[in-house]
Amino acid sequence: MEAYINILPRLLPGAVITVQVLLASAALAFVVAFVAGLGRVSKYSIVRKITAVYVELFRGTSLLVQLFWIYFALPAFGIQFSPFLAGVVALGLNYGAYASEVVRGAILAVPSGQTEASIALNMSNWQRMRLIILPQAFRIMLPGFGNISIELLKGTSLVSLITLTDLTYKGLIIQNTNLSYTMPVFVMLLVVYFIIALPLIILAKKLEKNASRGVAKA
Amino acid sequence: MGMTEKQLKSSNKPDKEMPLVQYENVTKKFGDVEVLKGLDLEIKQGEKVALIGPSGSGKTTIIRMLMTLEKPSGGVISLNGEPLWHKKIGDKLVPADEKHLRKLRSDIGMVFQHFNLFPHMTILRNVTEAPIHVLGLSKEEANERAVDMLNKVGLGDKLDAYPEQLSGGQKQRVAIARAVVMHPKVMLFDEVTSALDPELVGEVLQVIRDLAKETDMAMILVTHEMDFARDIADRVVFLHNGQIEEEGHPEDIFETPESERLQGFLSRFLNT
Ligand SMILES: Nc1ncnc2c1ncn2[C@@H]1O[C@H](COP(=O)(O)OP(=O)(O)OP(=O)(O)O)[C@@H](O)[C@H]1O
Ligand SMILES: [Mg+2]
Repeated sequence: MEAYINILPRLLPGAVITVQVLLASAALAFVVAFVAGLGRVSKYSIVRKITAVYVELFRGTSLLVQLFWIYFALPAFGIQFSPFLAGVVALGLNYGAYASEVVRGAILAVPSGQTEASIALNMSNWQRMRLIILPQAFRIMLPGFGNISIELLKGTSLVSLITLTDLTYKGLIIQNTNLSYTMPVFVMLLVVYFIIALPLIILAKKLEKNASRGVAKA
Repeated sequence: MGMTEKQLKSSNKPDKEMPLVQYENVTKKFGDVEVLKGLDLEIKQGEKVALIGPSGSGKTTIIRMLMTLEKPSGGVISLNGEPLWHKKIGDKLVPADEKHLRKLRSDIGMVFQHFNLFPHMTILRNVTEAPIHVLGLSKEEANERAVDMLNKVGLGDKLDAYPEQLSGGQKQRVAIARAVVMHPKVMLFDEVTSALDPELVGEVLQVIRDLAKETDMAMILVTHEMDFARDIADRVVFLHNGQIEEEGHPEDIFETPESERLQGFLSRFLNT
């Protein structure tokens, strides 16, 4: 028991980094998701194609490889990121690609009658998107976003591999320096990750319940 | 001098009598199926025209093409003499762009079978949203116009309700108000009572009747309510298989239908 209590304060700085990476990459993923999601339903086929390539590229290759690319390979092209930034960019682009599918699916899930009513009221394409479609699509997206943010939290542990001292990294350091702590370290890692995830899990459940309110039925 | 004035006036005359809406040899294909076969139809300013006909005869398609929801495969639809789906460049007609469509669309309004209200907005906002953002009215002006119209359709006490809290008949009255506050020159109604419980049909038809009397908006009404069509329409058009089979004054259409198909169609209605 003493071991568990000893470990906790030493893990906490790592937990702070993990939460920072989580929040920053979630914010980036959110923006990316909307840009790419709207791109996927653009009326211009060139925009649709470019965003589709991006989405498939980032969904189709491993996050770890993307992370290494951004941290280790991009400097060869003169682009140098700090470990934190590299982690946030890789996570944001990767989970943003997944989340853009949520955005796209939600936009397409708004019944066509809403589009037709907007056209009949002579709204511009952008007004229709902004005033009618997105507010409804947003409610449909939220549970998906909740679930992806939980996935994103789990994904953040990979940044330990590019020397970022996150929760996983801290745990591995402690375990390496004191092998008798192996069990307590991994138990505490699970516990702390779960505690960070808990608000996200509760939020996702709540959003799921409310998702269909204020959305037109087909 | 007097002469020239007169001449000027008379040269304006054709313009005055120009139909508000004109379909010229309009065709529509869905895939290989031709659902409209060279439609010619004119609607005058302020005229109320009922479109009747069996299911699949093309009634909805006709008004959806005017609302720019469906693109004609051939022919020309004009509004105030200006082609809707085409732009004149010199003498040539080229496909219309979004800007052109938006300009002409401002004279057209539509009420749908399934209301299509905006579920995330209050009733008041459903009616003010387009006047504010599309017409550029101030919030106060838009509210005034909307409240006025909602009072007229008997929903002045529902301003802050959401669509899901209303009955079907109430929803459809909101949808009518939402379209009317845009002040279109022609209003399209696509079987606006057929999704309603029978006891709610009357209130919606009454609103449209009042509207028809009070405004000089032209109306094209697709309907299966024959009494209503007879009551409200200046002209009834009977469609069959994508073509106009017979048209005329409601009295003539309903009392002395000429074509066998119209006779058959009407007798099925009277028997049910
Ligand atoms: N989007 C579409 N794709 C394929 N076929 C269509 C489409 N819309 C309409 N049609 C076909 O076109 C024909 C005319 O349809 P339309 O909806 O205009 O008829 P209608 O007179 O309004 O019929 P109803 O009284 O049932 O509403 C029908 O055969 C219909 O199946
Ligand atoms: Mg129809």
